[in-house]
Amino acid sequence: MAGDRITKALLFISSLTILLLSAGIILSLAGGAVPAFKEYGIGFITSTKWNPTAGSEEYGAMSFIAGTVITSILALIICIPMAFSTSLFIAEYYRGTRTAGILRSLVDLLAGIPSIVYGFWGFYALRPLLVSTGLTDQGFGIFTASLVLAIMIVPYATSLSAEIISMVPSELKEAAYSLGATRREVIFHVVIPSARSGIIASFILALGRALGETMAVTMLIGNANIMPRGLFAPGNTMASVIANQFGEADGLKMSALIAIGLLLFLITALVNALGKMIIKRFA
Amino acid sequence: MNDTPDSEHVLTIKELSIAYEPGRYAVNDVSAAIRRNSITAIMGPSGCGKSTLLRAMNRMHELYPNIETKGDILLDGQSIFSMSVIELRRKVGMVFQRPNPFPNMTIYENVVAGFSLNDIRMKKSQRDDIVEEALRNVALWDEVKESLYRKGTFLSGGQQQRLCVARAIAFNPEVLLLDEPTSALDPVATSKIEDLLGELKKKYTLVLVTHNMSQAARISDDSMFMYLGELVESGRTEILFTNPKDSRTEAYLTGKFG
Ligand SMILES: Nc1ncnc2c1ncn2[C@@H]1O[C@H](COP(=O)(O)OP(=O)(O)O)[C@@H](O)[C@H]1O
Ligand SMILES: [Mg+2]
Repeated sequence: MAGDRITKALLFISSLTILLLSAGIILSLAGGAVPAFKEYGIGFITSTKWNPTAGSEEYGAMSFIAGTVITSILALIICIPMAFSTSLFIAEYYRGTRTAGILRSLVDLLAGIPSIVYGFWGFYALRPLLVSTGLTDQGFGIFTASLVLAIMIVPYATSLSAEIISMVPSELKEAAYSLGATRREVIFHVVIPSARSGIIASFILALGRALGETMAVTMLIGNANIMPRGLFAPGNTMASVIANQFGEADGLKMSALIAIGLLLFLITALVNALGKMIIKRFA
Repeated sequence: MNDTPDSEHVLTIKELSIAYEPGRYAVNDVSAAIRRNSITAIMGPSGCGKSTLLRAMNRMHELYPNIETKGDILLDGQSIFSMSVIELRRKVGMVFQRPNPFPNMTIYENVVAGFSLNDIRMKKSQRDDIVEEALRNVALWDEVKESLYRKGTFLSGGQQQRLCVARAIAFNPEVLLLDEPTSALDPVATSKIEDLLGELKKKYTLVLVTHNMSQAARISDDSMFMYLGELVESGRTEILFTNPKDSRTEAYLTGKFG
C-alpha cells in the first residue's frame, strides 16, 4: 500500500536525521578539539594548568575532570542512602498504599524542578546554612555543589530503583513468606538480593546525570580553575567551566573548552552505557 | 479456643469465610476436616476460591492487606490464628503453581532457605544432612548431587518444582499445601510429581488444589468440590467421583463447566 510505504519512508528519514545529527555533533566536537590536542597531546588531559593569559597560554583538563568526578561521586554517596530507603519504602514496605502514592508524586515533583531553581535555592538557603556551621567562609565549594547535586539526583535514582524493586516477582516473596520469613527477612534476603544489579544500575545512571549537571553546580562550586584542595574549597567541573568561559573564548581556549566538552560527553556516555547494560541484563 | 485434639484430623476448618473486599466472599462458610497422612484434593472451576481456601491454611491469604476472615481453622486442635505465623508456616508448608526457586541461591541454599531466611544457624554437617534427606525425599538427590552448588534455576521445570517441594519439607512440616503444582509442567514431570506425592503422604498430610479431575481421581484419598466460594461436597474420592450427591458436583465431573 502507498500509505504504508510513505509512512515507512518518513519514519526512516526521521531516524536517519537523528543519526546524522548525533554523528554531526560528535564530529564537530572532535574537529573543534583537534587544535588543543595538537598543541598539548595527551598532556591536555593530565595537566592541571589553566592559564588564559595571552602569551603564556596553557590549558589542561585535569582540574575540571577531578572537580566533576569528586562532586559527582560525593553526590552519589550522599544520594544512595536517601534514594535507596525511599525506593524500598515506596516499592515494597508501603507498596500500593496512599502514603506510597503521595511520596511517589513528591519524588516526581522534585525531579521536575529546573536546575536553576535548585542552584538558586542552594545559593540563598543552603549556602548561608553551611557558612553558619563555621566549616566554610563563603559557602561556595565542592561540598555545597555536591550536596545540591545529591538532592537533584535523588528523585531520579529513587524512581529508577523503585521501578526495579517493584519488578521483583511476587512469587519469590510468597515463597519466602511461606517458609516463615518475616517482612524484614523477605526484604533483606529476597527483595534486595534479587534487585541488586538493577539498583546498582539505577545509581550508575544517577551518576551519569550528576556528571553533566551544569547550572546548579556553576552557581555553588566557586568557579576556581584549579585542583580542588579540600571538601570546602572551591573548584570547577567540566560542565561549569564551559558554561563560565565559552562566551569570552576564542582560538586555543575555545578549542580547549570544546575538548573538555568532548571528554565530558565520552565519560557520560560510558557511564550511561554501563548503567543501561546492567539494567538490560537485569530485565 | 483449643478443642480436644482429634487424632484423625490434622486440620479442621470451621465456618470459614474470606473476603478480599468487604462483603464479597471468595470463600463462603466452609467447614471441612483434613485427614492425617492423606491427600485431599480441592477441585472446582477457576475462581471458585480454591487457592484462597488453601492459602488460608497457613495464613498466606493475610498478605493481602484488606482481607477479611471469619471462622476458624484448627491445626491439631489449636486455632492457627492464635499462633505466630512463623511457627504456623513451619508446620504448614506450601508449594506454588509455578516453580519458584530463589534465583540468587544455589540448589543447596534453596533447600535450606527456610533456615537461612529465618537466620537459624546450624553446623555445616547438620545442614548437609537436611539437604540430602530433603532431596532424597523428593527423588532429586541422584539427579543433582553433583551440582548442589549450581543455581537452582538451571534445573528443568519439573526438577525445579521438586526442589521447591524439598525446600518446603526441609522443616519437616506436618502439612504440605500444593496449589496446582503440576499445571506448569509437562506430562512426564507431572507424573513424577504425582508419584512423589503418593510417597510423601506417608510422612506428611497433603492438601492439593487441582483443576485436573483425573489427577484428583488418581492420587487423592479425599476430595472437596467448591463452587462460587462454597464447599458443595466433600468426602472419600472414590465415593465423590462415582456417586456425587450434589447435582453441581455431578455437572462438574461430567465436564459441564470449568
Ligand atoms: N488478590 C485478590 N484481590 C481481589 N480478589 C481476589 C484476589 N485473589 C482472588 N480474588 C477473587 O477471589 C475469588 C477466588 O479466587 P481464587 O481463590 O484464586 O480461585 P481459584 O484458585 O479457585 O481459581 C475469585 O473471584 C477472584 O477473582
Ligand atoms: Mg487458584
